[in-house]
Amino acid sequence: MAGFREATGDLRIENVTKEFGDFTAVDDLTLSVPRGSFFALLGPSGCGKTTTLRMVAGLEQPTRGRILIGDTDLTGSRPYERPVNTVFQSYALFPHLTVRDNVAFGPKRRGQKDATRMADEALELVQLPHLAARKPAQLSGGQQQRVAVARALVNRPEVLLLDEPLGALDLKLRRQMQVELKRIQTEVGLTFIHVTHDQEEAMTMADTVAVMNHGRIEQMGPPAQMYDLPKTAFVANFVGQSNLGHGRITGRDGDFFVADVHGSTVKIPAARSAVDSGDILFGVRPEKVHLARDSHDVIDRTRKVALGDDMKATVVDVSFIGVATQYLVQVASGATWSVYEQNLDVDPIDLKPGDPVWIEWDPAHAFAVAAEGAEIPAGPVLGDPVDMPRDTVS
Amino acid sequence: MSALAHIGAGQGAPAGPDTAKRGSWMPYLLLLPGMLWLIVFFVVPLVQLFTVSLQSKFPGYPGYYYRDLNFKNYWSALTEFAPHFGRSLLFAGLATFFAFCLAYPLAYAMAFKAGRWRGLMMICIIAPFFTSFILRTIAWRQILADEGPVAKTLNFLHVLPGGHITETWMAVVAGLTYNFLPFMVLPIYASLERADPRIIEAGGDLYANGFTTFRTVTLPMSMPGVLAGTLLTFIPAAGDYVNAELLGSDRSTKMVGNVIESQFFKVPGGYPTAAALSFTLMALILALVFVYVRKFGTEELL
Repeated sequence: MAGFREATGDLRIENVTKEFGDFTAVDDLTLSVPRGSFFALLGPSGCGKTTTLRMVAGLEQPTRGRILIGDTDLTGSRPYERPVNTVFQSYALFPHLTVRDNVAFGPKRRGQKDATRMADEALELVQLPHLAARKPAQLSGGQQQRVAVARALVNRPEVLLLDEPLGALDLKLRRQMQVELKRIQTEVGLTFIHVTHDQEEAMTMADTVAVMNHGRIEQMGPPAQMYDLPKTAFVANFVGQSNLGHGRITGRDGDFFVADVHGSTVKIPAARSAVDSGDILFGVRPEKVHLARDSHDVIDRTRKVALGDDMKATVVDVSFIGVATQYLVQVASGATWSVYEQNLDVDPIDLKPGDPVWIEWDPAHAFAVAAEGAEIPAGPVLGDPVDMPRDTVS
Repeated sequence: MSALAHIGAGQGAPAGPDTAKRGSWMPYLLLLPGMLWLIVFFVVPLVQLFTVSLQSKFPGYPGYYYRDLNFKNYWSALTEFAPHFGRSLLFAGLATFFAFCLAYPLAYAMAFKAGRWRGLMMICIIAPFFTSFILRTIAWRQILADEGPVAKTLNFLHVLPGGHITETWMAVVAGLTYNFLPFMVLPIYASLERADPRIIEAGGDLYANGFTTFRTVTLPMSMPGVLAGTLLTFIPAAGDYVNAELLGSDRSTKMVGNVIESQFFKVPGGYPTAAALSFTLMALILALVFVYVRKFGTEELL
């Protein structure tokens, strides 16, 4: 293979910018993905995640910056020169070739003598050896998806890129393939970079998740850590849901900041606040909030901190989800909060819209992010009734 | 029984069996006009032509025939006009080949590179149909004339054997290529345009360089279009006589279409020969197309 570049090591993206005319798709992105890890790029459509992936594949060239694997600079090289393979969103299987020939395509181009045997082994890995003689059009969506994975994996690339590979599958199959892909990744030990807009998919599969927005990485880290402590308002709402409210830090009480949110006094652990003074967006996850039917029902009083006026709320909506019930409640300031209660008991739902309740939470679960430039995506969870800069995020 | 039930049911009753019955003959009713047209203007003349091809001349009365099963007509037509058959197939084959060579890059550029110029290119390909086929062919006589730019340039370079283009096979093939080019471009364009660009990217992603990707992915994927284009070019070109008539010479470039035309309209007593030639040409093309589609057929492709 003339021009093919052997490279081993971590994938490094250094100060990469990609512009399409006036539009900056990827903005000065720097990223390092350790060899053998499962990395997810998460973000809404148009955030630059697919462009990033295509630049790693060589299907787009960065306007500025470098892309390296180990110490080999791959910037400017052609797709066929890179030890990188892609599983395309539409699978992009060759319609005129059989499943086996599709999978053997890569090895054949690289002059492997036993291309067919390698293809059969790869089909074994995705549990489809019995369909080797079929044409792609004769397969179901899930089977085509597996063939696409086998076709990329058979080459043992240094980095495997997955561009929303599960987007076209139905929910049940998607869950199944998530487990399957994770198993394959553990088995072959290659670096996987998975692009998705499905936060649940990213969190279930990846070791590390990077949330992208407007061509930049908002936050990066292990899924649990990111969910527990979002660093920006965007992450707080894109990764799971959050109750957010505009506020201002007014002082400090030991390990806690004291803040004023719509006239209520709240506490935030100092370690969980992205800012230490001025305007903030105060947040609590909906499942961390507890609903009490009356003020005497409040459990474990010692851990509770009052939210001032906002303690008291009115039920606006009750929706039964199955494992949980979601309540939308309106606090005194007018903000709507979301509360999840697990359906642990057999008791019927006793609350209905209009009922007065008290909301409470452990301040250890509260967090704060910078208010400046923050955007709260439209969705069922509304943190704030007042005029907020609200960008539409799909 | 059903008729009685019908009367008893009266108006507004569910007309289940009735609609089912109407549904069953409706398609035939819709087919009827087309079928009648084809029977009257295609099947009957075809049978008539076949009987003419087997007629014998009435001895002593030129221009008169009697019904016969004279298969010798075929034999004499084939032996006498074998060179014309050969030329028809050769010229049509050459024209198909050149049209393919011109059309594929054009269709490829339109499908993948043209961007906003695509509509304009499409108009340029289709616009010639707005003027007469005959006029456009006559125009080629000017283009290829001895005093025209093409012949002059080639003569200047001393690369034109004989010094002429018109009245040679080159002019005929050029005319055929030009006239049937759109029939090659459009199906190829349609098949390329339909292809998912990601599939072509996948070729590059799987270690195939540009040329290999074209050879192993793009070209095979566009085969249905290539197949349709070659058939749409070859079949009419093999039966064409206008190009040979207007651009060729009186002797050495006549195709079988010209012979059929002159046997029908110019040679007294030529009807059986012309009919036999028509039938042979049809059979020959059918056989060639059958073999070709069998060999390159791509019905398995989507």
